[in-house]
Formats: sequence, structure tokens, C-alpha cells
Amino acid sequence: TNTYHLSFHVQAEMLDFLLFGALISAVDPVAVLAVFEEVHVNETLFIIVFGESLVNDAVTVVLYKVYISFVEVGAENVQTADYFKGVASFLIVSIGGTMVGLIFAVILGFITRFTKKVRIIEPLLVFLMVYLAYLTAELFSLSAILSMTFCGIGANKYVEANISQKSRTTVKYTMKTLASIAETIIFIFLGISAVDKSKWAWDTGLVSCTLVFIFIFRAVGVVGQTWVLNRFRLVPLEKIDQVVMSYGGLRGAVAFALVVLLDGEQVKAKDYFVATTIVVVFFTVMFQGLTIKPLVKWLKVPRATNRKPTINEEIHERAFDHILTAVEDIAGLQGYHHWRDKWEQFDKNYLSKLLLRKSVYRKSELWEAYQKINIRDAISVIDQGGNVLTSARLSLPSMASRASFPEVTNVTNYLRENGSGVCLDLQVIDNIPGAKVEEDMETHHVLAGNLYKPRRRYQSHYSRHFMPLGEQERQDREVFQRNMRSRMETFKSTRYKRHKKERSLKKVRRIKLQVTSPPTSSCDSLSLCSDPVVVPVETEDKAEHSDPEKDEDVGITFIARKAETPKQRPKSGCQIPLLPPPPPAPPSPPPASSSPTSEDSHLPWKGSLGSPPPCVSLEATKIIPVDLQQAWNQSISSLESISSPPAPAEPVHPRVSALSRLGGPRPASYTPPGSAAGSTFSIGPQVSQGSFLFPDKKKEEEEEEEDVEGEWLRRCSRSCLP
Amino acid sequence: MGSSSSSRNKIPNAQELMDQTGFSSAHLLRLYDRFECLDRDNRGYLRQDTVDFSSFVRILAHFRPTDRNRNKEGTQQELPNSRTRKLKFAFQLYDLDRDGKISREELLQVLRAMLGLQVTEEQLQSIAERAIQEADLDKDDAISFDEFKKSLEKVDIDTKMSIGFLK
Repeated sequence: TNTYHLSFHVQAEMLDFLLFGALISAVDPVAVLAVFEEVHVNETLFIIVFGESLVNDAVTVVLYKVYISFVEVGAENVQTADYFKGVASFLIVSIGGTMVGLIFAVILGFITRFTKKVRIIEPLLVFLMVYLAYLTAELFSLSAILSMTFCGIGANKYVEANISQKSRTTVKYTMKTLASIAETIIFIFLGISAVDKSKWAWDTGLVSCTLVFIFIFRAVGVVGQTWVLNRFRLVPLEKIDQVVMSYGGLRGAVAFALVVLLDGEQVKAKDYFVATTIVVVFFTVMFQGLTIKPLVKWLKVPRATNRKPTINEEIHERAFDHILTAVEDIAGLQGYHHWRDKWEQFDKNYLSKLLLRKSVYRKSELWEAYQKINIRDAISVIDQGGNVLTSARLSLPSMASRASFPEVTNVTNYLRENGSGVCLDLQVIDNIPGAKVEEDMETHHVLAGNLYKPRRRYQSHYSRHFMPLGEQERQDREVFQRNMRSRMETFKSTRYKRHKKERSLKKVRRIKLQVTSPPTSSCDSLSLCSDPVVVPVETEDKAEHSDPEKDEDVGITFIARKAETPKQRPKSGCQIPLLPPPPPAPPSPPPASSSPTSEDSHLPWKGSLGSPPPCVSLEATKIIPVDLQQAWNQSISSLESISSPPAPAEPVHPRVSALSRLGGPRPASYTPPGSAAGSTFSIGPQVSQGSFLFPDKKKEEEEEEEDVEGEWLRRCSRSCLP
Repeated sequence: MGSSSSSRNKIPNAQELMDQTGFSSAHLLRLYDRFECLDRDNRGYLRQDTVDFSSFVRILAHFRPTDRNRNKEGTQQELPNSRTRKLKFAFQLYDLDRDGKISREELLQVLRAMLGLQVTEEQLQSIAERAIQEADLDKDDAISFDEFKKSLEKVDIDTKMSIGFLK
């Protein structure tokens, strides 16, 4: 055998180099994932590179083991049969590992079917079964990583459907944390090794050649294989895709771990290999990782579309699948759709029955997608201050959740957690069958009960105030006030002037409504007359609005009513630290008239009629997409056409009345029973202008709206993505 | 070579079909074999004499993958596998009464066919309702072809509505 000397130092033989080649070619899934997630390339490309890195473990580790065994035996003793055995072992290891993984996936799915009563151990089960898959594969010297991967892939659908949302979250974030920890440890080790000179030996020739060659040969491999693939692919892989694929081959922890595990006795050049590997890993991760994003931009690689899901797309995509399956059948081809359809049939008839919980089994995907879309829209309305009231008087004090979880993401999760069965369907107002009402009632109670929990911990600061309606109302007020406060905080930092204006709009609106409380409560410091918290804001806002905004958006119709008695704000009650000390006397409320008064005329948001009534903030109109606004209008007009009040004329839920009393947002769709505002409603008929129609927006508004909406939706979608 | 040209002669209007649909002759042959296979009574028509071979080919031509390498010649639009034509085909599948619009009832029928047993009628209604409200821009309570096209503008129709025809 020949001994190749790269320089005078490295003593390695052919087999050693083969070994080194095997371990240095391994593309690292973690590095790839980290970089590609940032870059947002289109899904096909991402799947190709990421999939390669996941599956290449079989090849890498198998080759590594084969070559190690060859090296141990010594190059001269290797016979031809051993090469064949090597190839065979590759097949056995990879396919065997996959099978082990799939078996455990089935077991895991089956077990989670029965965990309804023991939710707490669900995450534990998931971890353990996957780990068991890993150990079993290791036990039989099969590919352990493949086993774990396919266990996860196989079980994903069933486990995700079977376990609770909380368990899902737990599993996801625990795994992310563990993965992060493990990766960090490896890179720390890498860094330490780089510094610790005793562990490696430098050879310039080896390092430079390696760097050049890995790049060249990867490109060659990619180009060659895509040429072969493109003959079978429906959508061929373009040159650009190939460039990204070859450039995106980052080496990482796997290569380093493998090289460090080499036996120094057997492989004499180990230290040189270690040094080279460290350099390679550093170089690919840092240089290629950093430059791939500009490269992608420069090459104009098609990016991932971050589109808002629409029900139309869902329906039609599914329809297309069916159509194509039929066409394939007609044309006598057994193509992709044919097999996919076969698999889905098999899955539906056997696998799902075995592995899915009964209650889950009956749900359909399209319906789930539809509900998701609905929930997203409802959340966007709620989050921006609107109130979602279906005909079943579902009142969501979402302010509660907002106060506890300042981020949008948590509202989403929270609502989904509690309302997975909820049909927050803004459009379903026309049919009022009995079942729907019951469902909504139940949902309302579920949500009310659950959303309330975080509230109970807070002590109301305003317990001194006399609240005639009792405990719950106090909490509602508390909730409302907190929300207003947190909103002021958040809105202070937004850069859109609109928001600020919006907030103060809302505040003033509420104030004025509040001021028109029924005269029943006498004016003393302990009465519920006016909300002392809110009033001072009015002055503050008025000061802010000294310079009117450009009146490009339609303002909220502000109806002010004269209050019976001027309210004195009790000084003791004001506890909001943010607000300036209140002026001695609240500004005198304007006379009750629908025409703008002198005071009102100062308000820059004076708009035309037909703008959204106070109950829906302008924010909501911005968030609700244009087409939905039309839907909204339709629903409202259809609601109005319902002459009789909504069916089960139950007494107005105290919470609703309390919220109204507080001047909270009243839903547009709510028509008070008996139409003429009863005594419980301080807000007179002016406010209950039954329908509002989203104003036709002008061009600039739409652009801004898109920005806001887009940004919000991006946030929302990022949070909603699994 | 000789055999293929003679079998091509079996197919009426072969060249014309190839030009119109963009199929290659190999594809055409294969489709012809399939056609004969389906046409068990050898009548030259399928489905009670409504579909002859050229319509068979023309319809299937809708599902050819879009040729990306083609530069934008004028002929691109006429080919059955352009994006618009694919969408039109799908649209016609929904629009049963051929009035150029998908009404709520037609949409409901499609949904029922797809989901029928799994969801209740009310759920179907709400899905259909929502779908129409999302797509319907001119408020006529039905989805016209343009609205249909617009609602699917972000979907990659070329991939979704294509089959790889084997040679």
C-alpha cells in the first residue's frame, strides 16, 4: 500500500482519507435549519436541503463505521467481499433504522389514543417512546438518527391530533430547548478544541485542499444528481436551486463529533483531521452561513410565500387534488396523485382508526382549516378592541387575556387552548338553529370560565367604589381598566400616529359615553357615577389633539350626550399613576344632540355618518381585511333584517350589561332586547345605530392598512405556525 | 421509426392535435392506446358517444405541466395548459349550469361531494358562505371566473394542476 504524504507531516493512507472524506461530507441538519429558517427560501428548496441533512446520517455514519472497521483490520486485509458487505450493511442499517422508527411511531400513536384521562404524562410518553426508538436502533447497530427521525415523522399526524394543546406546546418547546442546549454544548466544545493546541495539528496543505475540494465536489454532486432527478420531476430544479443547494451544504456538529471520536492509535493523522474539521466547520457555518442570505437575495431565489390562509384556497386545493386523481385514473397513469390517494384511503380506513382517538377521527381537515381561519379573524378583531358577539351573545372579555399576556401570540394560543371547539364564526348569523345556540352558550361559559382565571389573582384597586352589580362586575371593570392602561403603554410606542389617535379616540369616546351614565346614581365620591380613571384621560387627550391629524381617515361618529349632573371625580379614587392629576372639575359634557357641538368640533375625528360606531374601533377596521369588511357589512345588514330579537331571549348577561355600563365596546351586531334601550343601558339609542358599514377607504388608507394588517398578520402567523 | 409513423397514421389529425395541445407524438400514442383500452366496444367514442379521441386528448392537455422554457410567444395563451386555461377547466367543473358563475348551491354541491359524510349540513353552509364572501368582489353572491382567478392568484396552479405524462 502506498502512503500518501501531503506534506511532511500528515501520514495517512487511502483508507484514512476515505474515512475523512466520509465524515467531512456530512451536511449538518442543525446548521442548515438555522440558516435556512432565516433566509426563507421557498419550501421545495428548504425541504430538499433539510431532508438531505436529516437522512444523510445513514450514509455518513454507516460509511464511517465501515471505514473504521476497515482501518482496524488494516488495509491489506480487506477483501472484495468486504466492500459488498459494506454496501449491504448500508442498506440494512438505513432501512432497518427506518423500520424501527416506524414501528415505534405506530406504538406511540396507539398509546396516545388512550391518554385522555392522563394528560399530564403525554409529553413524557412522547419523549420516552422516541428515545426508546433511538436506543432500540442502537441496540441493533442500526441507524439511530434515522430511527428517531422516522418515528417523529410517522407519529406526527396521529400524536398531534391525539394529545392536548398543552402537551403539544410542552413537547415542542422542551425539545427546542434541549436541542438548543445540546447544540450549544457541541459548539462550545468545538471552540475549546480550537483553542486547545494539544488536540490538533495544523497542516496548511490539507486544510486548504479540503476547503476547496468540499466546495467543488459538492457542486459536482448536486449538479449530477439533479440532472438525473429532473427527468422524473414534474417541476424541474432550476440552476438557481442547484446553486443554493450546493452552497447551503453546511458542515457542523456531526462531522466534528465523528472526527473527535476517531481512535488516535488507529488513525495516525487524527490530529490533522481534527484541525481540518474545525476549520471547515467554522468556515462553512460562518462564511457560508452569513453570505447565503445576500446570495439568495441577489439570485432572486423564489422566497417562501407568507400568505394569509383563505378558505377559498383550501377548498380549491383539495378539489384539485381530487380532480387530478380522477384525471390520472382516466389517463391510465399511476402517478403521484394516484399513490397519494391510495395512501390516504389506507390511512383513513385502517391507520387512523387504529391510532386516532375517536373524537378526533371524525373531524375533517377542511373544517379544521376553516375554523382556524375563523379564529384568526376573530382574534384580530378582538385584539384590536372590537368585540365579537355572535347572535348567541357570546361576550369575550378578551381584555383579560390581553392584560395578562401582552403578546399577540399568547392570545392566539390561549384562545385556541380553550376554544378549540368554538365556532367564532362572524358570518354565521343567518342560521340560528338550536344546536348552534347551545354550542355558543356552552362555549361562552367555557371561555368565560377559563378567561377569567387569571383575573382572580389580581386585587381590585377600586374595591372602595360601590359596585352595585357585585363581584363579577368589579373584576370586569378591573379588567377593562387594566386593558386600557396596557393599551396606552403599547400604543405609546407605536410609530403610527393613527394608533395614538385611535387610542385617544377610544378613550374619549368611552369617557363621553360614561359621562352619560344614568342619573340614578347620585353624585358622591363613592358612587359608580363616572369612572374616575377614565375622565382625566380626556383632558390629556384633548391636549394631545391640539394639532389635528390630517383628516384622511374617516372618523368615528362621536355622539355625545349631555349628562344629567356634572360628576365630581373623587380624588381618592384616582389610582392610575400614569395619568396626570385630574383637573378640579370634569369638563362639562356637551348637550345631547347628534349634531356636533362646539366642543365636539374641536375633536378632529369628526366624521361622516356611516362610520363605525363607537363599539368598533378604527383599529378593527384596519385589521379586518377589506373583503371581510364587506362580509361584515353583509352580516350586519342581514342581522338587521331579522326583525325579532335573537331567539332565546334570555336576560342580558350581567357581564354584558356591566361592560356596557362601563362604556365598553358594544358589538355592532347586538340589538338590545326590546330595541329601545332599557334601563340597564345608559347608552341611548344614538349609540345603538344598528348597522355600521365599513367606510369605503381611500387609497392611502388601504396602503397603510395593508402595512398594519400585514405586520400584524405576520406576527400572528408566526405564532400560529406549528 | 416505421412502426411509430404507421401507428401515428391510425390517429386522425395527429399533427394538428400535437400542435394544438403540445403533446409529443410519443405521448399521443400512449394516450391513443389508453383511449382504445377504455373504449371497450371499439366505437371510437367514450361515454355514450360524446367524447372522441381528439376531445379526449384536448381535455387531458389541460394537465400538461406548463412549459417554463418557452419564451412568451403569442401562442402561449392558446395552449390548453396555460394557467388561465387550467383555471378555466377547474371553473367549469364547478359551474354545472354553465352560467359563468359559481353559485352558492354549486359550491355546496362540490363541498358535499368532497366532505359529505364528515361534516354536518350547517358546517357546509358556513364554509360555503365564507368562501363566497371571501371571493365575491362584485357582490352578486356568486363567484365569476375572474373572481375565481383572483382568489387563487397566490396558488401555484402550474404545479397543482399538472400531471407528469409518461412517455
